Amino acid sequence: MSTSTTTAPKPAAPEGPAQQLRTRRPVRPGAVAKNLGALLLALVFVFPVYWMFSSALKPADQMLTKDPVFVFTPTLDNFGKATGVENFWTYVTNSVLVTVGAVVLALLVALAASFAIARMRFKGRKGLVLTVMMAQMAPWEVMVIAMYMIARDGELLNSLPLLTAIYFVMILPFTIWTLRGFIAAVPVTLEEAAQIDGCTRGQAFRKVIFPLLAPGLMSTSLFGFITAWNEFAMVLILNKDKTAQTLPLWLTEFMSAFGNDWGATMAASSLFAVPVLLIFIFLQRKAVGGMTAGAVKG
Amino acid sequence: MTVHSQGAVTSAPQDAPPKSAGRPQTPAPATGASHTPPRGGRKSLPSGWLPYLLVAPAVLALATLLLYPLIKNVILSLQDINKVEFIQRKYPFAGLDNYTELLGDSAFWTVVVRSFAFTLANVALIMVLGSLIGILLNKLGTKMRLVLSMALVMAWAMPIVASVQVFRWLFDEQFGVMNWVMRTAGFSGYEQHNWMETGLSTMVIVTILVVWGSIPFVALNMYAGLTTVGAELYEAARMDGANGWQTFWKIVFPNLKPFFLITTFLEVIWVFKAFTQVYAMNKGGPDRASEILPVFAYVEGQSQAHYGLAAAISVLTIVILVIVMSFYFRLILKQEEEQ
Repeated sequence: MSTSTTTAPKPAAPEGPAQQLRTRRPVRPGAVAKNLGALLLALVFVFPVYWMFSSALKPADQMLTKDPVFVFTPTLDNFGKATGVENFWTYVTNSVLVTVGAVVLALLVALAASFAIARMRFKGRKGLVLTVMMAQMAPWEVMVIAMYMIARDGELLNSLPLLTAIYFVMILPFTIWTLRGFIAAVPVTLEEAAQIDGCTRGQAFRKVIFPLLAPGLMSTSLFGFITAWNEFAMVLILNKDKTAQTLPLWLTEFMSAFGNDWGATMAASSLFAVPVLLIFIFLQRKAVGGMTAGAVKG
Repeated sequence: MTVHSQGAVTSAPQDAPPKSAGRPQTPAPATGASHTPPRGGRKSLPSGWLPYLLVAPAVLALATLLLYPLIKNVILSLQDINKVEFIQRKYPFAGLDNYTELLGDSAFWTVVVRSFAFTLANVALIMVLGSLIGILLNKLGTKMRLVLSMALVMAWAMPIVASVQVFRWLFDEQFGVMNWVMRTAGFSGYEQHNWMETGLSTMVIVTILVVWGSIPFVALNMYAGLTTVGAELYEAARMDGANGWQTFWKIVFPNLKPFFLITTFLEVIWVFKAFTQVYAMNKGGPDRASEILPVFAYVEGQSQAHYGLAAAISVLTIVILVIVMSFYFRLILKQEEEQ
């Protein structure tokens, strides 16, 4: 890398586009190194994601080769195999039900609690704030054995409602914490103004506050979605019955069922990752936009 | 905390919003509103019990699904539960037996040392590389910055279970890209190199996975933090003749101290609890040689059916986490005092 960075700018200078270069600042070797380094880093970070998708689209005979094949005619065979597994749609349905259920529950409960914390003063408020802060660091992965014993004694193994409830509590502290911040950022005077204009308090909330909370609701619910969608430890231990499992388990158990069919495994991984990748790119823009908007107004 | 100061200034209308807030989902809150006078309702009935009503579902949920399992965990750790007791549902009290057994077992200490080494290596790599990439992002032009940050976002967004599968494929013994890369780079012995052969090399691959997946969070936040450090500060530092390193230690680091503190702490917690990456990679193998504490607890509990012992392991893990946490809270408090 170092050799290319020192030699690269030299031929550029005496050649043709000198005019363009001279009007800007001169190209320094440091700048080239920076850009090359950045490009290399970008490749390193993207490569596993690229390799997942490209392996998923690769024909079987070009998959298991000693030297990897980079140019090929894409095929959807692997996706067919991945979705053709027994119970595939049960896994999908379970994942969607559990994730959406947990997120909706968390939003409802957190909205109420964060309003109280942000806008009201009551005894025990500080203790509650501290509890929520601590609960964000809850060692869920470590508590699986206790959860297993509780679920087993309560005849709740392989129960989707219990899984939903656990995910709900997993994402609740973060949701409360974030919404509290968003609610606190809405000036109280806005609500007052709406009431002076003839709104009831409920209307003032719905018409003035709620729209302002949209970015907060969006980013918290997407964060909750990602957490619940990805959760692995709890469902691994609590739901041994295949009809009560979610997509992360489907993915890890794919290998044992399909031997070394890496093409199908990568297709399955891609299917699992795509919703999160899409949501994440969407979230990045929305959340950042929401925060800057808040900062400008604040 | 900002809420407080804001509320203190406008104390009278402070009670106004909560009443509407109490029914964000129900469409008809009109009765509640008409009962109380619009202003100065501070001592009226609703504000007395309303906050508790609003908070109750959250508190109840946390108590039943977080606090209770935590307590149950401690109780289990004091009981002698193996396969027989588990089936008979009789849980005899064992006192501190599980703990003495663990603390006297060299296998436990091996896992503890491994967990610490794993956490230390990962967090150090994540923080150093992540910060450097954050600084690089700040120095790039708009286009290149977009390219790099999009790449970071892609890695960040990859679901852990999916990325574990991808890394297993990258490091596959027969057809993995990594063996090909090593061969192409001219190293010998990578015809069919088994990367999961030993616990240590399995941990190295898990580390690469964790660092790869965690750097984006640190780098992008570092970049966001750097943009809040005013340009005039850099300018002033340069006029005073500071070099890059001095600028970092004198300007950037003090300004971003909270960022470094919070991020390091979060990464310590996350890496220490990294169950999915380790378990999905090789189930803690080969021969239990890549187990860290959460995986150790899981394997003891589920595969070996030593439930009481597993609970004791998890209690000790939580104790370690609490020690780390209290260390962090003390740092925060100290920092607050300094300001």
